[in-house]
Amino acid sequence: MNLMMLLEMAASTAPDRVAIGDATTGMTYAQLMDLAGSAAAVWKANSAERVLYSDISTPALPVALFGASWAGLPFVPVSYRLADDRLRRIIERQSPAILLHSDADGYRTAGIHEVSQQTTGEFMATAGAGSPADPEWSYDEDDIAILLHTSGTSGEPKVAVLRQKHLVSYVLGSVEFLGAGEDEATLVSVPPYHIAGMAAILTAVYGGRRLYQLPAFEPGEWVRTVREQNITHAMVVPTMMGRILDVLADGQGLPSLRHLSYGGGRMPIPVIEHAMRVLPHVNFVNAYGLTETSSSISVLGPDDHRAAVASDDPAIQARLGSVGQPLPTVEITIRDADGAEVGVGESGEVWVRGEQVSGEYGHTNALASEGWFATRDGGYIDADGYLFVTGRMDDVIVRGGENLSPGEIEDVLINHPTVSEACVVGLPDTEWGEIVAAVVVPTGESTIDPDELRAWVASQLRSSRAPAIIEVRAELPYNDTGKVLRRVLKAELATDLTG
Amino acid sequence: MILKSGLRLQSAVCDAQVIAVRAPAGVEVDLRCGGVPLVAMGDAGAGQSAISADHSAGTLMGKRYADDELGVEILCTKPGTGSLSVGETALLEKGAKPLPSSD
Repeated sequence: MNLMMLLEMAASTAPDRVAIGDATTGMTYAQLMDLAGSAAAVWKANSAERVLYSDISTPALPVALFGASWAGLPFVPVSYRLADDRLRRIIERQSPAILLHSDADGYRTAGIHEVSQQTTGEFMATAGAGSPADPEWSYDEDDIAILLHTSGTSGEPKVAVLRQKHLVSYVLGSVEFLGAGEDEATLVSVPPYHIAGMAAILTAVYGGRRLYQLPAFEPGEWVRTVREQNITHAMVVPTMMGRILDVLADGQGLPSLRHLSYGGGRMPIPVIEHAMRVLPHVNFVNAYGLTETSSSISVLGPDDHRAAVASDDPAIQARLGSVGQPLPTVEITIRDADGAEVGVGESGEVWVRGEQVSGEYGHTNALASEGWFATRDGGYIDADGYLFVTGRMDDVIVRGGENLSPGEIEDVLINHPTVSEACVVGLPDTEWGEIVAAVVVPTGESTIDPDELRAWVASQLRSSRAPAIIEVRAELPYNDTGKVLRRVLKAELATDLTG
Repeated sequence: MILKSGLRLQSAVCDAQVIAVRAPAGVEVDLRCGGVPLVAMGDAGAGQSAISADHSAGTLMGKRYADDELGVEILCTKPGTGSLSVGETALLEKGAKPLPSSD
């Protein structure tokens, strides 16, 4: 097994189809294959043990990703947005290595021991002038393909190990070889160091769908690119969706777009409902997955979206807040704190098993017996097998012995007309153990009345869920892949509390 | 032959090349293409034998062929005129369950 096998199949069957970039001037599958081979020829002669990539999405990204697999080296995308000291520390840990960085960033990483550095521009020029290595790559399925730093919004960031077998299984199990029409194009706007950014390249290449890279997400630019590049498919994280809808208030729509998937965080129901109204011709897909599971393990498809909106049955309506059903290639169950499976509709921790599931970090393998991986996400499965993910287990608030899910309270807060964004955390309390605290962002010029919001939550849920503390802010802190920085908010609120 | 996930083979009767995607551990599997056992990549016997009329439905690029009972799954990486079987039993093309694109 090797990612190169996927590219070689596409390049041998559809060599002249455009793989990356503009429909007429972009890089073809044959060119991508040649460039990856040239990169591999250089890297095979080098003593580096890993290939690091610290830049925005450029055509050099897929070339380096496949070239690394060709050369038998793990590919390590790292965030170019990290502060200098953290960036250097992460790179130092991966040496001896090749580092590809942006033109402007060389000074930040200069002089790291045993790290040979090149800009992505120089890299592409070298690869273009070179000649490909022999097409002989390892087929050992246990070779490491990608090392990815997890986001660590609720714990310390870890390095997830994705082996060739995990990623190849994911692609073979979820994508039809060259199943895309020649007119189809995917817009990728998540950064290279997000699992969805890596998976987008692999599934687009194997599916034969042209991949267009947006270097950094900006909603106006995203909408303009979809219109100009006749983009048919795209994936966004929930925070991007709301901002895209704001731009679409121009009324010009997205005529070429057929398919919009979202994932990487919790999507507020009002936002997806709004999106479905604004883009009625688009097929929406909610995808749930983790870095450790090689991207998606459960999807809510277009028919489910439409059925939920059209239904009068509360159980079917509720599915708009679910992540759908597991992929046919994985199994998902819900277990209690003792590891015992719980019944239909009962909450617990989401466990997953399948060939795409790695569950491995650095030198430790977090897989439990029989290949099961505990996701640390809380959730439940309804009577028809739809999975609802309620949030990270670490974020659960324990108030007076009762477990409260922040996501459930946030959904109710966002449904209030004066609230556009909300983040709920637990704060230490001598009487209750923890109390509920909410940080809310007002909608437009609205004024938020804390007492009214408390009464609203109590009326929709139970009074134990009503936030004891409500803080109004102009914005919430997000990381660059759109996840709310809960730990940051929690620490700030706790400091306010103790004065 | 003993199959292993990642093992590449080619047809002795046509252009087909395949890779084992799933294989039962340590079990002898009589994997054939066009009715004749597959050979190692680069084997001189490739393309030398005659195709059996009973196994000439063809092997298609990018399709997966499986025998779920045996736990065998084979991916076609280069198409050919012979079709895949274990002994005389044809491998079945894995039903394409198109999933909505999620990346």
